[in-house]
Amino acid sequence: MRQGMNLQGRIARNKTVDRLFVLFGLLATFVGLLTLAALIADLAIDGTTRLTWEFFTSFPSRFASRAGILSAWVGTILVMIVTAFTAVPLGVAAGIYLEEYAPKNWLTAIIEINIANLAGVPSIVYGLMALGLFVYQLRLGHSILTAGLTLALLILPIVIVATREAIRAVPGTIREAALALGATKWQTVKDHVVPYSTGGILTGVIIALSRAIGETAPLITIGALTFIAFLPGAPIKAEFPFISLEWLMSPFTVMPIQMFNWISRPQEEFHLNAAATGLVLMFMTLMMNAVAIYLRYRFRKRIKW
Amino acid sequence: MALQEGFATLKREMPVMKRDGAMPKISVTETSSPIIQIKDLDFYYGSKHALKSITVDISEKKATAFIGPSGCGKTTLLRCLNRMNDLIPDVRVTGSITLEGRDIYESSMDVIQLRRRVGMIFQKWNPFPKSIYENVVYGLRIIGISDRQHLDAVVESTLRRAALWDEVKDTLHKSAAELSGGQQQRLCIARALAVEPEVLLMDEPCSALDPISTAKIEELIHELKDAFTIVIVTHNMQQAARVSDRTAFFYLGQIIEYGETGKLFTNPDKQQTEDYITGRFG
Repeated sequence: MRQGMNLQGRIARNKTVDRLFVLFGLLATFVGLLTLAALIADLAIDGTTRLTWEFFTSFPSRFASRAGILSAWVGTILVMIVTAFTAVPLGVAAGIYLEEYAPKNWLTAIIEINIANLAGVPSIVYGLMALGLFVYQLRLGHSILTAGLTLALLILPIVIVATREAIRAVPGTIREAALALGATKWQTVKDHVVPYSTGGILTGVIIALSRAIGETAPLITIGALTFIAFLPGAPIKAEFPFISLEWLMSPFTVMPIQMFNWISRPQEEFHLNAAATGLVLMFMTLMMNAVAIYLRYRFRKRIKW
Repeated sequence: MALQEGFATLKREMPVMKRDGAMPKISVTETSSPIIQIKDLDFYYGSKHALKSITVDISEKKATAFIGPSGCGKTTLLRCLNRMNDLIPDVRVTGSITLEGRDIYESSMDVIQLRRRVGMIFQKWNPFPKSIYENVVYGLRIIGISDRQHLDAVVESTLRRAALWDEVKDTLHKSAAELSGGQQQRLCIARALAVEPEVLLMDEPCSALDPISTAKIEELIHELKDAFTIVIVTHNMQQAARVSDRTAFFYLGQIIEYGETGKLFTNPDKQQTEDYITGRFG
């Protein structure tokens, strides 16, 4: 009987600990959620008043109420295009090579560790390297091209790691099935491994790009301007050869830099502009993440093992 | 053109499918010519000596079973026959395996061609997450065959051959993943047959299937060995007794006994074989 009493007390205490943890877990979750919500709310309160059509179609100005983010969002999109077109083919190819082709030896082990480490290098270090390589050595100037390549290098490790993880999820038995039918390694990769991991690869790519879109430090390092009152040359022309790559060499600014510039001004009105820009940037990032989640869902549904 | 010939053979032999469920008689065979000759084969995973001086002849158009306890090397030997072991790093092979007189491990041997001649069915069915149709024709697509009529004909004939046609003929363009396990395994057999191999390797093809699906596949093996040489690894001794003409008993990387299935199961020469088949160990 005495033991029975003890047991009951013991169980009651265990249950209390259980409930306490649930409470703590909820609290921990809310800290993250509430911070994000407060951040968005704060930006929204300050920024929404400035979110007008003119804000998106105007160049920056000395007068806060006339200033807009036209050159900034165009710059951001162009830089992202260069980044995506560089980082995706390089990163995916490297990921496929490392996962499917590379022999497992000490050399590949070293390469793997280095790639993992590269993902952790501070972004300003990439900026310094890009300044030396792209701006001074290759003389690409303080251009969209330089910025795109810099951010591409920055997210390359993320794309490689995401690609490897995605293709590692394809069961080995599928590769064996293709090889046993007389497929070459490349046929196995192109017909099976890559198609079945496209969802995962795309998700990784978008997450990587949404990291790049908010980067400021490396772009300031390579000499992005903070005040741009013109757009880069149009990519399409009326006369032969119709396509122009002139825009690649154009000076640029991007949204986080525009934000940074406005925040560092003393006038209160410019701070509102910065908040509005922050809202736009945040919206773009959240949209990219939403697309990533949707793609993952779609591809998971399509591929059934 | 060999393709068309093989295809014609397939068609001729199609009506063989009978479903009376008659289970095998154990045939006492005259020794037919060996299509595969394994001689003094040693196989190492790193420093682990997995196969020890294996010498076996595999007869053409017969079913040969490899039996033995787990880890005895039977699957390893099977995967040597189409060089799937090449995919594993750090393995070493000595001795020789000849397919119709040619050493498959010599440097001039084209592994891709070898694998088209020696098909494989895996323990866990592994259809591609594509349609039933695309699964069957994959082996043809990769050598550039895209003629729709030809592919349609191959799909029908191989699915019939794999005793699956009647169950899937209306859903050919649906995902293979929607089939049952037994159907998926028969789809894998159809996929292997579509490239017209001479030899079919089966690595415990029924070990994850229910008894009814197993019976269907065993029946299928019976039909297939008229046209193909079959090598089957199995844990299930009754299965070996039912489907095979010759059986090899493996133990610790060696072949203890190899001979007519009927004799090996009723009157084995070696004590170890008898102990294993009567369930005293393993």
